[in-house]
Amino acid sequence: MEILKKIAQCLEVGDDAGVPPLVRQALAEGIVAKTILDDGLIAGMNTVGEKFRVHEIFLPDVLLAAKAMYAGMDVLKPLLLSAGVSSRGRVVIGSVQGDLHDIGKNLVGIMLKGAGFEVIDLGNDVAAEKFVAAAKSHDACVIGMSALLTTTMPVMKEVVDLLNKENLSGKIKTIIGGAPVSQNYAGEIGADAYGYDCAQAVAGVKKLAAAVP
Amino acid sequence: MEAITSRIGRGQVLLADGAIGSLLMARGLPRGAPPEGVNLEHPEILEEIARLYLEAGAEIIQTNTFGASPLKLANYGLGEQAGAINESAVRAVRRAVGERAYVSASCGPSGRILQPYGDMEAEKMFASFQLQMQALIQAGADIICVETMSDISEAQLAIQAARSVSPSIPVMATMTFEATARGFFTIMGVTIEKASSELQKAGADLIGSNCGNGSLQMVAIAKEFRKFTVLPLLIQANAGVPELRAGQVYYPETPEYMAEMCRELIGAGVAVIGGCCGTTPEHTRAMRKVVDEKKKNSRGS
Repeated sequence: MEILKKIAQCLEVGDDAGVPPLVRQALAEGIVAKTILDDGLIAGMNTVGEKFRVHEIFLPDVLLAAKAMYAGMDVLKPLLLSAGVSSRGRVVIGSVQGDLHDIGKNLVGIMLKGAGFEVIDLGNDVAAEKFVAAAKSHDACVIGMSALLTTTMPVMKEVVDLLNKENLSGKIKTIIGGAPVSQNYAGEIGADAYGYDCAQAVAGVKKLAAAVP
Repeated sequence: MEAITSRIGRGQVLLADGAIGSLLMARGLPRGAPPEGVNLEHPEILEEIARLYLEAGAEIIQTNTFGASPLKLANYGLGEQAGAINESAVRAVRRAVGERAYVSASCGPSGRILQPYGDMEAEKMFASFQLQMQALIQAGADIICVETMSDISEAQLAIQAARSVSPSIPVMATMTFEATARGFFTIMGVTIEKASSELQKAGADLIGSNCGNGSLQMVAIAKEFRKFTVLPLLIQANAGVPELRAGQVYYPETPEYMAEMCRELIGAGVAVIGGCCGTTPEHTRAMRKVVDEKKKNSRGS
């Protein structure tokens, strides 16, 4: 399906004006919305994520690609909703208390949406209690936490501890990321996964979501 | 006091201070509160921290204004108080150091992304930096330090904002780089080569790097800068990559290690050396000895 490839390529170069007409054309050709999403938009975003991971491209390219993806999603959204396409699950994300560094977190949010998750973004300065309360009320399967300041890292442990205390640790999984945290740190505080970068974070969430009963 | 640029011109190496945030937290700044809130509420804490670094041997003391641009402060509903917050920070350091050290006014990123990648207009960002610079310079800062930048356009706007307020005030500018298989880049894709030319073009007097890396990487970054610029260099490394030990954040680089690396940085031709995240007055003290040794040696020769 040539048109889906075109959509992916258009997204990869960040052409947000180019994507919607191509999406409409694909629909006119009789391709269902879910296929356009998966094999056009998400496929393109995955390529972008991978190139970003290996530093072939940088944040500006990813931000433009995300704009292009949203432009395409706007066309597909009503169709996906009416077709009752179920999401991969809900993910609550946020920067931990005290942080205002939200670029990494926003990027993960964009990529998760691209990967078919429903994303509840709590923004910055999110306290442990708020993460857990939002995950419960939205019936989320994963909490994703980002920190860019070392001083705020301990909040991640508070979330893990709180989930344990409320007996939710099997039902709501945790993944952490951000410059000062590491796989070791994830292990130390008992988080379920660590995402070194956006692509790893999305891969991690996919794995965790699949493991939640 | 002799102008900082003239001392650097004579080949002197100057020592800048270390981290502020962790010291603020040790003095009761609650997690989640904006670090710049202290500037109005407890300027005496800023004086105390400045004195600690002065006594440890720093000749350049930074103000607690990293996140004090109106755009950034707006996140905390403090945007309207930006002028007072910046002025208070400069005055506090001046009270502590008098003429014994240079007051370096810190200016970090706005936290917003410029169009077309984000939603921020360049004019608005410039106006925000200009207001901050106006307050910093009016309050008597000796030098401006635009730091931790990853977007070259944002860094340029901040430098130009300082220049628009004072054509003569020395301006230092640093960006934060990440080591990749293809060399050093900021997260926005800026290379050291590009940073060198663009920061100079915008009007910076000293350029270099801070944060994001421990000392060893910083030596490599300094050498890379040296390839592309004749401007004096400024390096402020983190005390390594933080680890968590027994629930406490721990920076692995000891004062002794950073002092050793300070020697390397001097060897690489760096003019201003200081510390970023995780560094303490103890680090400054250890680095002071190395800088003094260098002084002695160059006098002897």
